[in-house]
Amino acid sequence: MEILKTAMAGTLESSDAQVTVEPGDNGIELMIESSVIHQYGRQIRAVALETLERLDVKNARVTIFDKGALDCTLKARVECAVYRSNGVSENLPWGGVIR
Amino acid sequence: MINAVGREIPGEILKKTGKEPFKGAYANDNHEYKKAAPTVRALCDPGRSKMVENIHEALVKCGIRDGMTLSFHHHFREGDYVVNMVMEEIHKMGIKDLTICASSLGKANDPIVPYIEDGTITGIQSSGVRGKIGEAISTGRLRDLAIMRSHGGRVRAVESGEVHIDIAFIGAPTCDEYGNMRANGGKSDCGVLSYAMVDAEYADKVVALTDCLVPFPNVPASISMVHVDYVCVVDEIGNPAKIATGAAKPTTDVRKIMMADYCTQFVIHTPYFKEGFSYQTGVGGASIASTISLGKIMEERGIHMGLGLGGITTPMCELLEKGLIKKIVDTQDFDLGAIESIKRNPDHIEISASEYANPFNKGAFVNKLDFVILASLEVDVDFNCNVVVGSDGMITGAQGGHPDTAAGAKCTIVIAPLLQGRIPAICTRVTTVTTPGETVDVVITDYGIAINPRRQDLIECMKDVDLPFCTIEELRDKAYAMVGEPDPVQFDDRIVGVIEARDGTIIDVVRQIKEYEFS
Repeated sequence: MEILKTAMAGTLESSDAQVTVEPGDNGIELMIESSVIHQYGRQIRAVALETLERLDVKNARVTIFDKGALDCTLKARVECAVYRSNGVSENLPWGGVIR
Repeated sequence: MINAVGREIPGEILKKTGKEPFKGAYANDNHEYKKAAPTVRALCDPGRSKMVENIHEALVKCGIRDGMTLSFHHHFREGDYVVNMVMEEIHKMGIKDLTICASSLGKANDPIVPYIEDGTITGIQSSGVRGKIGEAISTGRLRDLAIMRSHGGRVRAVESGEVHIDIAFIGAPTCDEYGNMRANGGKSDCGVLSYAMVDAEYADKVVALTDCLVPFPNVPASISMVHVDYVCVVDEIGNPAKIATGAAKPTTDVRKIMMADYCTQFVIHTPYFKEGFSYQTGVGGASIASTISLGKIMEERGIHMGLGLGGITTPMCELLEKGLIKKIVDTQDFDLGAIESIKRNPDHIEISASEYANPFNKGAFVNKLDFVILASLEVDVDFNCNVVVGSDGMITGAQGGHPDTAAGAKCTIVIAPLLQGRIPAICTRVTTVTTPGETVDVVITDYGIAINPRRQDLIECMKDVDLPFCTIEELRDKAYAMVGEPDPVQFDDRIVGVIEARDGTIIDVVRQIKEYEFS
């Protein structure tokens, strides 16, 4: 998928993450800030990159403000932001690329 | 060198501190030593006054100079003004290279951080530190090694001469012109002055700071005039609203209530739950809830607590009022109810921190505990607890009486929710060991209860009890299944602090925190 416009998903509440995606032309540029960066920085990055790859996002600037979200939450926020950047909010591919 | 809890204590640290690596919780039983003594000046001229105009005059008369060790107590908790105002005056005088030996330091003492940065304060010895002081130490801004000691360990260190206090500053809710201090009857009452008692006896110079000067004699005194050199009246020694808050409302968090119920069920199925048992609990929501639910069962069965020990909160005092506790023996009051109780109930007694927990006196109250209910930031699969360093590597807590009571009690129970946000409380290896696993018997979480395999007797007596028992490894695995296995925190090589075991050996070290780097 292509990132058509800036879009955001999630909140800054504890155990959530706020994910912003912006159009980019230089591969995936990922910025992560997290309250649990020391223990989970590596995993947060891996989950974000995996999710973007699954959605076939090749170019994007992605910013994650994480407040200790679990992997499932991180995935959902990344997916939601990517679909919002395409203006898609209905007929999402549940069970397809969204797992 | 690897110590008895499997931690590497570098030789340079052992050399620098002259300390031994930790060898086991009771390795120094029967240790013989000669106590230290202060250098004091006599006052035999009845015409000489102890009153000074202000802190500056007190400092001058005490001969303040570079390199001294100054002590403070933390009974005013987050409402403390004493540390800040004394250090502000010292800073103005340009004195450098001071070590602070406090019973604890909290967020209220954040204003002293600039004095760490400019070399006024170069050493900190405390039960622990929170807030900005913790950040300053963890980021390597304190020149010397920070030393973290338990409440009992601090008394041992002072009495054995491991630390020598040049000047002790003691905030006193009431004081007379000759230095008799009491914890009650003023405008900043804190209930007891237990932690400051050893300072009064072992410091060369002792300054009483009060905001309520009362007529002589202010007796019975918590700290006697015979130890006090100078008396200084200041506007405020603390903020009463933050010294003692109203009683915390019993928690409504179902997770905490469930853990409290598990705890109470565990307690009543041990052989120690019988007439005259002794008990201590912390101030966390689950601990307080367990005191309340245990009280109900004590009432139903007509079982009385012989001794309620420790930091005291209102629910313990309510059990005393109901006649369900025979004696409360107190070193710190956490709320107004506890302070009111010690003022009027003759069975609520103030003791010194030495009587409470010193491992090197001839027997402390903690040794007589049947149960202690504690919390912990992290517990590992060896039952080691960490109550000082956050899972992110930042110093953010205090040992308090945790290692002392755990070592003393017949049954040490740690209550911890399995997860705090994404951070698992049960892990393979705690960030820093502060309480050795050999002294921790049971870990209660919202996902199950693990008994230390060293306690086959407890495992045996719980055989038919309907509680969700499992192994500590199972608890860790449940946590990791939900949140993932945490990576170890990335530390710098530099050691910024040592965690002292009760007996003065080194149980662990704290390293400087490093900015996170994606590998």
